[in-house]
Amino acid sequence: MAREIDRRTFLAGALTVGAAGAVPRSLRPATTRPRVRADGANKASSAVKDGTLVLVTLYGGNDGLNTVVPIGDPAYEQQRGNVAIAEDKALSLGNGFALNPAMPGFKAAWEAGQLAIVRGVSYPNPSLSHFQSMDIWWSASTTGDESAGWLGRWLDRSGNDVLQACSIGPQVIPAMAGNRRTAAALQDTTQPQGQLPQADPHFLAFYHELQRPAPGDSALVNAAAQAGQDMLKVSKDAANAMRTQRPPVYPSDVGDLGTQLGVVSELIRAGLPTTAYAVSQGGYDTHSGELATQNANLAQLDTAISAFLASIAGSPRGRSTTVVIYTEFGRRVQPNGSDGTDHGTANNVMVLGPAVHGGLYGDAPSLTKLDENGNMIYTTDFRSVYATVLEGVLGFESKPVLGKAYPTLGFV
Amino acid sequence: MSADLALLAQLYRRAAFGANSSELDAASAAGYKNTVEKLLAGLTEPDSRTPDVPHLTSAEALNRGHGGNSWDEYTNLVAWWVEKMATTPTPLREKLTLLLHGQFPTGFDKVGVPIYMHAQNEIFRTQGGGPFDELTHALSVDPAMLTWLDLSSNQRQSPNENFGRELMERFTMGIGNYSQRDVREASRALTGWSLSYPQGKFQFNTWAHDFGEKTLLGHRGNLAGQDVVRIVTHTEASYRWIPARMWSFLAYPVRPSDPIVSDLAPGYASDLNMTNLLRAIFTHPAFESTAARQGLVKQPIEWVAGIMRALNLRAESFKKQGGAGYLLWVLTNLGQIPFNPPTVGGWGQNGYWLSTAASLAQLNFVQSVTQVANLSVIEETAGPSRVAVLGEMLGIDSWTPRTDALLQHVRDDFTQLVPLALVAPETITN
Repeated sequence: MAREIDRRTFLAGALTVGAAGAVPRSLRPATTRPRVRADGANKASSAVKDGTLVLVTLYGGNDGLNTVVPIGDPAYEQQRGNVAIAEDKALSLGNGFALNPAMPGFKAAWEAGQLAIVRGVSYPNPSLSHFQSMDIWWSASTTGDESAGWLGRWLDRSGNDVLQACSIGPQVIPAMAGNRRTAAALQDTTQPQGQLPQADPHFLAFYHELQRPAPGDSALVNAAAQAGQDMLKVSKDAANAMRTQRPPVYPSDVGDLGTQLGVVSELIRAGLPTTAYAVSQGGYDTHSGELATQNANLAQLDTAISAFLASIAGSPRGRSTTVVIYTEFGRRVQPNGSDGTDHGTANNVMVLGPAVHGGLYGDAPSLTKLDENGNMIYTTDFRSVYATVLEGVLGFESKPVLGKAYPTLGFV
Repeated sequence: MSADLALLAQLYRRAAFGANSSELDAASAAGYKNTVEKLLAGLTEPDSRTPDVPHLTSAEALNRGHGGNSWDEYTNLVAWWVEKMATTPTPLREKLTLLLHGQFPTGFDKVGVPIYMHAQNEIFRTQGGGPFDELTHALSVDPAMLTWLDLSSNQRQSPNENFGRELMERFTMGIGNYSQRDVREASRALTGWSLSYPQGKFQFNTWAHDFGEKTLLGHRGNLAGQDVVRIVTHTEASYRWIPARMWSFLAYPVRPSDPIVSDLAPGYASDLNMTNLLRAIFTHPAFESTAARQGLVKQPIEWVAGIMRALNLRAESFKKQGGAGYLLWVLTNLGQIPFNPPTVGGWGQNGYWLSTAASLAQLNFVQSVTQVANLSVIEETAGPSRVAVLGEMLGIDSWTPRTDALLQHVRDDFTQLVPLALVAPETITN
């Protein structure tokens, strides 16, 4: 019951002390943070970074051609017609590409060398189904045989702290659900929906006892119980971390994605042990009236991400935080008759943050040599992006997680 | 509880929103098969028409800019439906309405017109138990779907694939049973289906329709939209996809290739009748299996409506917490917002609903429930049987030893007993 929680907290503390104590102080370089984490999980020996990942999912299939616009390619305007971004409005990157006019914050990040754009990202025989394609992105497998998420498989190998990964929102993003472990899900911790009820401490102790997985119970009953027990620990740890007064630096009028990133900002600045966060934004399935809809979505993305990066810039974890933005697929090169675009294939992955080596990565797909459905042919396997993130941000060997060694891309 | 009562309790949890002990006693006296028939008969009985449908501004008034407050109308609509689930005398109809909303999702975020969401909801309610091809057609020409998947702007010059793809992938057949060419051809045949402005009624725009020859799933001809619906609902793939989806909603998740689906498919293929399919599911021997008994986590809407039903609560009961707006807030935190599913795939199942955030939302909701519920029935039962009585109210056929021991420990303190029972792992699951 309550004692069990205390014991777990105590154990976590004991492990930190024990691990630090195991190495004579004189052998530890003064400037290096200990590689052993509070949860007792040692990182892979290939660890090169000790960063924090913020994974941003854009649902619906964002139109990459109108996000990072190949403005220098005459085929772009010819093919896109009335769904083309006007060259004089686009924010030029000076290399034949330009950002959507709604993205001045990304343009500033580019100029600061903190925006990497990986082009032509997809996988063999791309699926035009939202669900199948997102399953492939989440599982990092194209065969349909892998049910665990790629970050879930990283979690499976990364110790036991339930706060190791946090998915913001009511559900855990499947990318962060492993075979053995899953990410915590957190709502806005500054609001009642993110806080434990004001209840008698005995009540929470009873709740903890009630949510104890038992050998005779069904798998689902035990999974429900485990979520309940984890919730108590997550809520208490988050509440404790948030107790420290920090100046509120995150703006409040930044939309739903902004609210989610505001929570991540608070938690990063509070120094939570979490090293991977997931947030999301919907509304990118622009089969009709694309220009206005995508413009509004990207403006929200631009404002929210820019405010987020500014808000964490001064904190220790913030300096090693990297934002990775992906979506399930790009969109058809030629528009449909509804001033929108149908489902496509290859797309950009955008990576931002102080640790990022800004620039263009991967080859841009041709706008004229298309597949039989009029879609672009990919140039870069998405698992190379994941390998780069696992090794460059999370400091974790990618091969055991991805099942194969994919070449890394060097953007971080 | 006897095995007989336990199975009936399970039936009522899946086919309805739970049953209390007097309903279960009546069901036991009637027998399992008669109880199934009674629930199925509710699909065609006249609707109770309670609670009253909240005021909804007509599409024409909204389009002319004389609307009321759409957000308020939407909020009231959410509370209306949850309350209907909690109070209906024909609970299978409301359950099927909920399942069909997950099968044919449309979302207020994009549709934007509350009265469209209600109109679609009535199609689920009035036609859900009938032939699936007719249901699919009714939903395809309905304003909510025409808007949600952009069918209303699908024109022959360059067809919009949104509806044509999801019609096959999600609504009727499942992925892997059609090609990109079929998506294109279906979309061509569906051109011209649109909405009148400002009335917001279905209309066929001859000028926008492609009258050329198309080939869809091997059928060649000058196909029109209604041909597409007929063809896709009468495929071998659809004869497996729909039974697989319904079995997954009501027993445990299966793929279309599962042997259970082989049992259900021939009967379903013979008439596409959803009432007969439901009967086949509830009377299949595997519905009584351990896999089925332990096969599901309650959807949050089922859990909330079930609690309200068991404890006789209405939206008005939560007046102090915010009434209709409070119910919407609770469901938002639990991750299942009525009339606003996250994608055209609807919601996930089981593990999808289990998260630390959802557990926290549950814990917060049951605190409010304990404050507003009239608990006199439990109060009147003193001693160890109080815990069993509470279980019977909630349609839980038996508490696990762990839960029973804990609830017995706190049985004299309602502020502990009631919320703990409502969030016990066996109450969260199904």
